[in-house]
Amino acid sequence: MFDFADYLDLPLIWGFLIATAIFLYVLLDGFDLGIGIILPFAPSDKCRDRMMNSIAPFWDANETWLVLGGGGLFAAFPLAYAILMPAFYIPIIIMLLGLIMRGVAFEFRFKSDGKARVLWGYVFHFGSIAASFCQGVILGAFVQGVEVSGRNFSGGPLDWASAFSIMTGIAVVFGYVLLGATWLIMKTEDITQVWARKVASYTLNFVGMFMVLVSIIMPFIDERIRDLWFSFPNIYYLLPIPLMTAMLFILIWIDLHNAKAEYRPFFASIGVFLMGYIGLAVSIFPWIIPFKFNLWEAAASTPGLSLLLVGVIPGLPVILGYTIYCYYVFKGKTSHENLY
Amino acid sequence: MIFDPVLLARIQFAFTISFHIVFPAFTIGLASFLAVVEWRWLRTGNQIYRDLYKFWIKIFSIAFGMGVVSGVVMSYQFGTNWSVFSDKVANVLGPLLGYEVLTAFFLESSFLGIMLFGWGRVSQRMHFVATCIVAIGTVISAFWILAANSWMQTPQGFMVGADGRLNPLNWIEIVFNPSFPYRFAHMMVAAYLTTAFVIGGVGSLYLYLNRHIPHARIMLGMAAIMASTVAPLQLFIGDAHGINTLKYQPAKVAAMEGLWETKKGIPLLLFAIPDQDSEQNRMELKIPKLASLILTHDMNGEVRGLKDWKKEDRPKVAIVFWSFRVMVGIGLMMILIGITSAVKYFRGKLFTTRWLHLWWIAMMPTGFIALLAGWFVTEVGRQPYIVYGVIRTADVISPGVIGAEVAASLLAFVVVYTLVFGSGSYYIIKLIRKGVVTDNKKSDKYGAEALIIKATGGDDV
Repeated sequence: MFDFADYLDLPLIWGFLIATAIFLYVLLDGFDLGIGIILPFAPSDKCRDRMMNSIAPFWDANETWLVLGGGGLFAAFPLAYAILMPAFYIPIIIMLLGLIMRGVAFEFRFKSDGKARVLWGYVFHFGSIAASFCQGVILGAFVQGVEVSGRNFSGGPLDWASAFSIMTGIAVVFGYVLLGATWLIMKTEDITQVWARKVASYTLNFVGMFMVLVSIIMPFIDERIRDLWFSFPNIYYLLPIPLMTAMLFILIWIDLHNAKAEYRPFFASIGVFLMGYIGLAVSIFPWIIPFKFNLWEAAASTPGLSLLLVGVIPGLPVILGYTIYCYYVFKGKTSHENLY
Repeated sequence: MIFDPVLLARIQFAFTISFHIVFPAFTIGLASFLAVVEWRWLRTGNQIYRDLYKFWIKIFSIAFGMGVVSGVVMSYQFGTNWSVFSDKVANVLGPLLGYEVLTAFFLESSFLGIMLFGWGRVSQRMHFVATCIVAIGTVISAFWILAANSWMQTPQGFMVGADGRLNPLNWIEIVFNPSFPYRFAHMMVAAYLTTAFVIGGVGSLYLYLNRHIPHARIMLGMAAIMASTVAPLQLFIGDAHGINTLKYQPAKVAAMEGLWETKKGIPLLLFAIPDQDSEQNRMELKIPKLASLILTHDMNGEVRGLKDWKKEDRPKVAIVFWSFRVMVGIGLMMILIGITSAVKYFRGKLFTTRWLHLWWIAMMPTGFIALLAGWFVTEVGRQPYIVYGVIRTADVISPGVIGAEVAASLLAFVVVYTLVFGSGSYYIIKLIRKGVVTDNKKSDKYGAEALIIKATGGDDV
């Protein structure tokens, strides 16, 4: 019988697919979480309405990538799912509660006025911060690794908390703000755009600082990461990543002070995220539970991975296609009028 | 204080999934309703249908949003509280859930944006297509999740590996497991009925208050069609589902009937207080032989009693027994109001009989209650197994997770969900009180009012 496993390295393909899904989640929900984080600081109520309207048609679908991340991990790497979820119990629950609060606040804010509208704006704000921060904490704790015995997590409930994971938590908050602010530069005009430019250029410094910090600390977490980055000839292959990142930073910096550049800052910020993500992925590969289980050890059995792959090969391009179509439908600048 | 992590984790799962299921069930029905309404509008050009669409889409967006956020929780809770379960069954259930996300979730959530905000941005036809896609997406989503749930009830097409993990053998057998067709049909019809009773209740409320009469007549009329045709249909589907359960999960049926001894010609208990410890019922009120007739289609058919199973293999009888009666009672009430409404309609009095409208208003939440009661029957009735006959619930909790963590997160979920549910209900009630907005403005081809997205001038402050 035909078997994908004879021709393809299924766990490797699935590792790539899950990583892609998580990256798309980070990008897409990243900019709407970022908008939540900066919402209360906007110069006027009309600005706030415009900010919310700019993400209204998309947030449901953006959050769906998180379901794909969780569901995909469950389906493709059940061992990683079974170990990581209990290990990050507390940040995951807080992230979920944050996402719930901001999701409903979004709907309720549109349907209320006066003080209630302001209140839901704040719920949206704090929910977004909580979710972003926890995602960053989970990322940091994931890179540092978790305690495992047999096929189960064996550490304590607060193992995820470390100086590094708290720092990555804050870093992700700033990163999302950069995405959100550059999204606003693209989708709004006048004072909202001017303000978003200020926010973005302020945030850019912090994002740069955090990326440098993470890059310095990563090699100290495990010698394998150090060897990977600082041995010959790897260093030549990997050097483009930091160089590209530096160039993108310069590009964003120039564009933020150039009133004509409305689209480039957002896409260059995506580039920065992509570079950071590739850097992390290269450092961790091939581990899915860092330094305990690799992709092949944690993968689901072949029949399930094959069956899902049959669906993903046509499915993912279709999903990406209609996602792009939906963004295309809502192209252009956003107004502050009530959309409903 | 000692926390039992298994019990707490079960309560947490029951709480979060019960909260979640209410919204998808409502949006499954409402999406189809909106598709029908929009189709009527495109065909007839009647403005009333457009108003109805615009009215219900706001409620739809709230319900859908609450469904999305409470659904994200579900996809992580298998791992946080039930990691051993995840590890053991992922090879079988993983692809089913994966397909749900791939084939349904993205479809629904992407086109929802167009459905909600696409007025004036896409053509009429495309907007209708978006509505239909969302409606179809909800059905596809139900297909996969019910396949997964049904497999846990009546597992087949797998083998248990040497390490205790389950491996798939035949995907067709896994997806189309014995209880799946019945559960899928039963749940879809339940979702449509639940929504119909909300729509009918709102229509009746407006008729009773003498508001939005033309809109209210359409709402009540459509709901009455559903109640008079689909509610009786549900009785037959439910019956078939029950007979299927008798074949594959007889202990669940014994609990539903409150039956302890294996007997022929068993009575239908209208009322009883089942006592798990002493293995008997108190204060029975019964109709002789009726349960045998319903279950075996024979007055003297034999049905197995709970004593056939060891004490530790029995589900909690009282919950199953009473949830079942609540569900069936509401179902019968739905049939009754459906028939009454049909009779009134043919006498030309459906829209003027005020007591009937009050009855419809009172029936508004019953669909949700019946739905939850039905899920309690099937899920509690599956216990003490998580995968029936294969894996016990108590054996698959996350080993590293302590009771205090589960207790704290349960408390957090209860507080947040209560706030969310309270606010959500408040805004839905507010929308219903505000009523249907009739827009007489001559607008462009798709009635897009304030949606021309253009630069707003210097009026910002």
